[in-house]
This record gives sequence, structure tokens and C-alpha cells, in this order.
Amino acid sequence: MLEPANTAAAPRGKLHAIVAEFDDVTAVTEAAKRVRDAGYTQFDVYSPFPIHGIERAMGVRSTRLPWIVLACGLSGTAGALLLQWWTNAVDYPFKISGKPLFGIPAAIPITFELTVLFSAFAAFLGMFALNRLPRHHHPIFEHPRFKRATDDGFFLAIEAADTRFDANRTRELLQSLSSHPIVACDEPADDGATPRWVRAGLVSVAVVALIPFALALASRFQDSSKPPFHIVGDMDWQTRYRAQAANPHYADGRAMRPDVAGTVAFGELATDQVLATGKTGADWTTKIPLTVDAALLQRGRARYGIYCAPCHGIAGYGDGLVAARASELQEPTWVPPASLHDAVVRGRAAGQLFDTILNGVRTMPAYGRQIPRDDAWAIVAYVRALQRSQNATTEDVPPAARAAMGL
Amino acid sequence: MAGDAHGNAPATASRSWFRPSLVEGDQDFASVTRRVAGVVERPKPPRAWYIAITISGTLTLVLFSLVAYLIATGVGVWGNNAPAFWGWDIVNFVFWVGIAHAGTLISAILFLLRQHWRTSINRAAEAMTLFAVCCAGLYPAIHVGRIWLAYWLFPVPNQMSMWPNFRSPLLWDVFAVSTYATVSALFWYMGLVPDLATLRDRAVTPLKRFLYGFFALGWRGSSRHWHRFERAYLILAALATPLVLSVHSVVSFDFAVSLVPGWHTTIFPPYFVAGAIFSGFAMVVTIMVPARQLFGLKELVTVRHLENMNKVILATGSLVGLAYLTEFFIAWYGGNAYERFAFLNRALGPYSWAYWLMVFCNVVAPQFFWFKRVRTGLLPMVAVAILVNVGMWLERFVIVVISLTRDYLPTSWGHFTPTLVDVFTFAGTFGLFFTLFLLFCRFLPMVAIAEVKTVLPAAHPHAPQGAAGKEHAHA
Ligand code: HEC
Repeated sequence: MLEPANTAAAPRGKLHAIVAEFDDVTAVTEAAKRVRDAGYTQFDVYSPFPIHGIERAMGVRSTRLPWIVLACGLSGTAGALLLQWWTNAVDYPFKISGKPLFGIPAAIPITFELTVLFSAFAAFLGMFALNRLPRHHHPIFEHPRFKRATDDGFFLAIEAADTRFDANRTRELLQSLSSHPIVACDEPADDGATPRWVRAGLVSVAVVALIPFALALASRFQDSSKPPFHIVGDMDWQTRYRAQAANPHYADGRAMRPDVAGTVAFGELATDQVLATGKTGADWTTKIPLTVDAALLQRGRARYGIYCAPCHGIAGYGDGLVAARASELQEPTWVPPASLHDAVVRGRAAGQLFDTILNGVRTMPAYGRQIPRDDAWAIVAYVRALQRSQNATTEDVPPAARAAMGL
Repeated sequence: MAGDAHGNAPATASRSWFRPSLVEGDQDFASVTRRVAGVVERPKPPRAWYIAITISGTLTLVLFSLVAYLIATGVGVWGNNAPAFWGWDIVNFVFWVGIAHAGTLISAILFLLRQHWRTSINRAAEAMTLFAVCCAGLYPAIHVGRIWLAYWLFPVPNQMSMWPNFRSPLLWDVFAVSTYATVSALFWYMGLVPDLATLRDRAVTPLKRFLYGFFALGWRGSSRHWHRFERAYLILAALATPLVLSVHSVVSFDFAVSLVPGWHTTIFPPYFVAGAIFSGFAMVVTIMVPARQLFGLKELVTVRHLENMNKVILATGSLVGLAYLTEFFIAWYGGNAYERFAFLNRALGPYSWAYWLMVFCNVVAPQFFWFKRVRTGLLPMVAVAILVNVGMWLERFVIVVISLTRDYLPTSWGHFTPTLVDVFTFAGTFGLFFTLFLLFCRFLPMVAIAEVKTVLPAAHPHAPQGAAGKEHAHA
């Protein structure tokens, strides 16, 4: 008698398979051979552990899993090499200890690891995918004693989908092989698929989860004038003292420490007072203490262009870009840079100009930190030349050139 | 082998069929299921389990709070300081990674070598591997200081338009350890799936049926599935074998590629791998002996299993001893003054106590395993295994700390002292390790049920005519 697996009350779908039960490996293997010899192909043996040699008995062809693994492994190899070469030699060339930007020996460890990683995922996911798992619902589970299949029972199911399947003849074949009752398993009426709303929910969650990544990706192709976005802005809150800040740890309450009495900081030893301070005794020196030649003037001109021209202007009239912008904005607190051609400024001794550069004056900031001493003197020499150029008289033109200029 | 059991029902298969001590007692398929699943299905675990998990759980909490403290304050809470910028963090990292080697070794290498005795210990050993990797991975992650920037270690496109330096052993390490953790997890989980199906089918409460069922992925034991499963298992084993050897080699590159005397040696990769297997097996023995007593698995995890592991400990321990000798020989033979000093300093310097204790634990202690009584006695073998664990920790301490505190310039020498935070963080990792292991024992099958069934004699088909004596040979 063919026992239906489903209880009468449950709605029944169409027949899925006819199932025979066995108690030991030998019997089920023998049955598998017989079913195979009878020409069936759509049948399966269920067992609590892999049975040695059952594939042969069933006529199962060898899986193509190894080829999938090989392909994925090779793409892991190629991917790893490309990644290392592109990131360290192309996109962000990165010289380190004089090593070549890309070399096979140093690339081996990561290439190996990624090959293994890709292959392992291929083996794992590929096995389940080829087995069509996860599938939590399957008609065979309708068999009332199927729980034994993960304990100590063996089952052989011939599926209705097999071309040779014939309800009566198939049952007779199985009956001749097994002493247990033969059971018919139906497809459940509801196919056990995930409800539509669950699937829709999952899909929308997945889509929402992708939005941040899409935004990040899109921003790579957009120009922006904003500073780069750091998730953690560590650099903005460094635990250090800023210049001129107070620090309660010191008796004088200052964070910046003055030189220890009787010491000279590195590079600050001044053996020549005039050269270092622009003063002879208490008075400003009027003479530039370096040899003024074309090289010095060229140097001064270049430094002047870098450090002074933005405020004082190329020609020294106090009309540099910064000044122009400030007067355009009509900043109320802005003090315009002095014109270097003022009578007052022209009257300043060379030493005082030098001191202005190093230490600043009133609203003009000090440039001593940026401009080395000799460069400051070079600038002074150049400023002097500038002043003379803008306030020249006929006497300043060499007599030979005067005639040429028609003077 | 004997053919007298032909035609017998599996339940009464004669014991003379197989090597007697692989599985003890008259086991059949159902009894194996009952024995292993029974541990998980017991309404209450033994008292000792509660005591153990209370202790290990407390230590885990200590670990988590100390890690939070470290993150909030900075690595300064540890004893690391110039010149020993690596201290217990890296010592413990290497220690735990080493332990993590046994599991995959047992599952993969012994599988490829067709050592069937691995069958009933591989599941627990693999779980141990995973938990040890958790403890190991924690250290590099937290020792970077600003751990929220740890993602810089991975090639993630970022707003700085910068990429990690792929020519650095530290980056190799990141890839090696994370690949190892992933592949071990896949390997472990894949092996678990059929057993989860067993638990699903035996579950009595709906919650358990749902959870085990969910993770069993609908496994139904189809032979077509088993065929691919076995192939995938073989492939994973073949992949994991070189992987296991690569991981500790790469860890050793962290040291060997640098120029610190005592680190810059070519012997490091094989020496580290041998040490890793050594310590891993010692940890498996340390854990499995109490676990099998506690959960009544003595018939599945037999003394023969333990003895085999002890033999591996003896072999790898001797290899490690050989490596110590070789290091000294090369230091002398190489003629480099710094190298010579580094090794003399190990044996005679301020940390010589650590060095000699290490030699005792790693080289002398395992030699007792030449005696069968020690190899098969539960107490003596646990004692030796614990000594080996201590010794292997000391080995990493010797390598990391002694080399760093005295390298080239005597003016920059120093001394390393761990802080209490160091000590309790380390104790905490043991808490984490044991907590995970205890939870594993309670909720997952400790022994690979399906796999053990395959080594039972009844698992092998034989012709009903009884003329298949040859076929049994592989049992
Ligand atoms: C940030 C803009 C700025 C820069 C750059 C700058 N200055 Fe000035 N400078 C000023 C301002 C403003 C004044 C007028 C200060 C005041 O009257 O409060 C001034 C005044 C002067 C004076 C007249 C000082 C006096 O004695 O009255 C001299 C000389 C001078 N600058 C030289 C220079 C030289 C040389 C440089 C290049 C090293 C330079 N400045 C760079 C803004 C600047």
C-alpha cells in the first residue's frame, strides 16, 4: 500500500517522489544500483553521512565544483597582483626604502592569501549554490520518518519528474528493495517560498543600505571646494599648546618656554652684532653689512616678490593684491601697508628696515621666522634700489646713457 | 581484516572491524548521534560548566572594560615604551595566533594525510582555532592606538587618496590573519551544517528547531549534496594546508624582515610554524582532557587520540629545541657582533630567567612524552601541555621584548615592565577564549557527528554475497 506522507486534512500538491527507507548502507547502495540499472536518473539517496562509493552506484557524475574553485582562485591571483600594482605603482606611487614600486617577491604573500581566500569562498558558496541550498523547505521533509536521515536512516526517493516514472511500477520496484513501507511525498500546496512582503522588505533594506555607498561613489566624480571629509577629525583636536597660550604647569603661566638663561638656541648664535640686529651700539646702521652686488639684488628681488609684494606691491606703493582686496572689501579695521616711497620710510636707516622685516612694525607682522638673516639684508638692498628707482633724478642716470635718452 | 560481520545490522557490527581505539564501546550510528547531541540537548549542563563560565565570563568582562579603557585613554596604559614599542600586545598576539594553528592543522593536514583518528577531535580543535584567532586579532586591532583608523590597514578608497603599503610585512600580516580567520570559519561552519541538521531534526522546542534549522540551511543529506560537500571539504582542506603554514610564516616576517638583531634571521618562518603547531596541540590537549571528562565523550575522544596529539607535541617540541640551537649556532657562525650579543643577552642578560624557563618548558618538558605512561596518563599529559603553553608564551616574550630592549645603541637600551592593564587584558583574553569554548560545548556538537559515523565499520557498503573482503580494507 502506498502511504501518503501528508495528513488527509492538509491541502496537497502534486506528487513529488516515492520514497523507500533502508536500515543500512549495504542495502541502500544495492538499491541505488538497481534503480540506476532500471534507467532512472532523477532519484536521490539520503543518508546521515557520505556513503563511500554511492556516487558510482547512483551514476552521479563528478561535480564541476573544482573548476569553479580554480577559476575563482585564479581571479583572486590576478586581482591581488593588479591591486598591488595599481595602488602602489600607479595610483599612489609610493617609494619606500628604495624598493621598486612593484616587484613579484614582495607581492607573493598577499597574492597567495587572496588566491586562497577567493578559492575558499568559491568552494563554500559554490558547494551550497550547486546544491541549491539554503532551501529550508523540501517535499522530502514531508516523509513522516525522514528525521532518521540525519541520524541512522537511509532513504531512496525516485522523483515523479523522472521520464521513466510510473506510480505503480516505480512503487513495485522500491517495494522489492526495501522492507519498510513505501511512502509518497507530495509537493506541499504552498511552495514554501518566502512571502512576498518579506522579500520586498529585504530588497528595500538592501537598496537603502546601498545609498551611502552610492553617494560616496558619486562624490568621487564631483568637484568640490570643501575640504575633504574626515570621519574622525583627529587632526582638529590635537592635544598640544598653541603659541602664546597659557599653561598652568609653569610658574609664569606661559606655554612657550623662553630660552634658559645663558644658552643660545641652535642657529641663533650672533657673533656679528650689526649683521644680526642691524644696530651699531644703540644706533641703526646706515650701511648694509653685506657686499651689495647684482647677485644680492637678484636674491632680494626674488624674496621681495615672495614676502613683501603681496602687501606692498611689486613697485612698493602699498598696492599689493592683499591691500587691493582689503580696500575693495572696505574692511574698517584694515591699516593699509605703508608705501615704501614715503619720505619717512625712505629716511629710515638700513638697519631699521632690516629690523622691520625680522620683527614687524605696528600692524605689520614679523617675518623673522620665515626669512633667514642674509635674505632679509638682500631684501633691504632691493628695497633701497626700488626707492631709488622711483625717486631718481637726472643726475642718477649715467652720463653716457643720458644722451641716448635725450636728457 | 575480518569479514565475519558481513550482513550484520550496523548496530551490532563487530569491533574487530576497525582499529579498536578510534571509537570505543559498541557504537552504532544512533548511539553516536545520541552521545554527541545528548551533550547539547541536556536540559542543564554539569555544575562545573556553570562555575567555569562564571569565571571566564567575569574575565571577559574585565577584558572588555580594559579594552574600552585603552581606547579611551591610549596605548600608554600598557607598559610599551621606548625602546620596547612592542610589548605584551604583540607577544600575546603571536601567542594566540600560534595556538590557532592546531585546529586547522588537525582538520586539514591530517585530513589530507588520511589520519582518521582526527575525526572526533577536529570539530573542537577547529572551534578552538576560531576562538584563538578572535583573541589574537583583538591585539593588533587595539594596539594601533587610534583604533577608529584601523581601516587604513585595508585598501579602502578614501578621501586622502592614499593606499596602504603592500610591501610591508605588517600589511601581509593583516591579509594572512584575516584570510586565515575567514577560511577557518568557512571550513568549520561547512562541517557543522550536516550536524546542525541532526540537531534540528532532534530539537524539541520550536526555538531550537528554528535556530538550528535556520543555520542548517535545509540540509537533507542527499547523496548528490554529500558528493559536492565532500569535494568542497577536500578542496578547503587542500587550501587550508598551505594557508596554515603561510600564516605563521607571515607573522614571523613581521620580525624577520626588520633589522633588529635577534629578529633578522631566515630560520624564522619554519621555526615559527613548528612552534605554532606545538603550542596549538598543547592547547588542544589542555582543553580536550577536561572537556571529554565533563561531557561524557570519553568513548569518542579516546586516549589514543590524546596520545597521538602528544606524539605531535613531542615531535614539534624537539623541532623547536633544534631551532633554538640553530639560532645560537648561526649567531656565532655568522660573525655579526650585534647578533652574537643579542643571543648572549638572551641567555645571560637581565631576562635570562625567561629564557631558561622557556628552554625548560619547551625543550625539556615535552621529552617526558617519550614515556608511554606520561603520554597516556591524563594528569601528566595536562601538566606537560600547560608547561608547553607557558613556554611558548615565554618564547614570544623572549623574541619580542629581549630583542627590542637591547639592540644596537647601548644609550637607547631599556627595560620593559608590563602594567596591571597588560596583565589583566591578557587574563581577559583567556576569559574570552574559554567563554566562547564553553558556549560552543553547550550549544553546538563538539564532535563531528556525521564524520564519526563514517569511521564506524557499518558505514562501508559491502556486497551481500560476502565476497568483498577487499573493500573493507579501508575501514
Ligand atoms: C601682511 C601685509 C604685509 C607684508 C607681507 C609686509 N608688510 Fe610691510 N607693512 C605692512 C603694513 C600694514 C605696514 C604699515 C604698518 C602700520 O603703519 O601700522 C607696513 C609697513 C612697512 C614699512 C614701514 C615701517 C615704518 O617704519 O613705518 C616697511 C619698511 C615695510 N613695511 C617693509 C616690508 C618688507 C621689506 C616686507 C617684506 C619682507 C613687508 N613689509 C611685508 C604690511 C605688510
